[in-house]
Amino acid sequence: MHIMEGFLPPMWCLIWYIVMIPIVGYGLYQIRKMVDENPDITALLAVSGAFMFVLSSLKLPSVTGSCSHPCGNGLGVALFGPAVTGVLATIVLLFQALLLAHGGITTLGANCVSMGIVGPFVGWLGYKACQKAGLGSKVSIFICAFLADIVTYVVTSIQLALAFPIPNLGAAIAKFFVIFAPTQLPLAIAEALLTLIIWNTLLSYKSDILLKLNLINPQDVPSGDA
Amino acid sequence: MKHENLILLILTLIIVIAPMVIYSGLGEDQGYFGGADDAGSDAVSETGYKPWFESFWEPPSGEIESLLFAVQAAIGAIIIGYAVGYWKGQKKVE
Repeated sequence: MHIMEGFLPPMWCLIWYIVMIPIVGYGLYQIRKMVDENPDITALLAVSGAFMFVLSSLKLPSVTGSCSHPCGNGLGVALFGPAVTGVLATIVLLFQALLLAHGGITTLGANCVSMGIVGPFVGWLGYKACQKAGLGSKVSIFICAFLADIVTYVVTSIQLALAFPIPNLGAAIAKFFVIFAPTQLPLAIAEALLTLIIWNTLLSYKSDILLKLNLINPQDVPSGDA
Repeated sequence: MKHENLILLILTLIIVIAPMVIYSGLGEDQGYFGGADDAGSDAVSETGYKPWFESFWEPPSGEIESLLFAVQAAIGAIIIGYAVGYWKGQKKVE
């Protein structure tokens, strides 16, 4: 989903920065407030960022015969919401833009909006909806991670199509969607499985904080066999 | 819980290994296993668009690039391993 350096016209670079900056700013404010109220969550925050570091570095083969990478944005958004995930994604994307020439500074706004904000936001809605439907936190996190991953790539397709609506917007969305989505589908499932593994680990050791943050219900806590 | 995570890990491995079995013997030269991100950039280039900005710095070779990707994964893995190990110890003391 990385739009490479210089591959968006300056106007679109600016527009996506304008979308990104207030949300990431709000995320920073939220982080400060949450850590003040509850210093325990610092470690959870670090693990969410670290999870994104690991997953977005893994370029995996897909059954379409192309390679792509997961985003790792499902865990952070389930725990802290989309604004904080935007902050975490900004760190990861800066690292990749500056050291790996993967993504870019001019396209950081666009990439952050897809991987850090809109993708995670849809995943977060999925998490809340599944929890409300009483599906349990494991199903919820699986759906959340799957949606956050796949929607990230949908947003990238739309961003590229908006900047290059050739021959028209609809056809361009379809063209970019076909490049990204089929390859991403199995990888989004792999990402959801990996996110569920780390979620199980959190349920075993940190269910007290998850309960306190009101993210899980008491019946989600595993009984004893950590 | 332990068994559940093991099963999840095996499922993940199947998803990742299957493509390499399906397209066994095929590689980059035949047009397989290229990156979707690059395919996206290529589709933009096909419209006749020329990038207006270049990266400040690029890894000088594939080796250096893989080094930096490994560093990225290692940083994340160290943090996760440290935290989970700490929590496990904490739980044991309780």
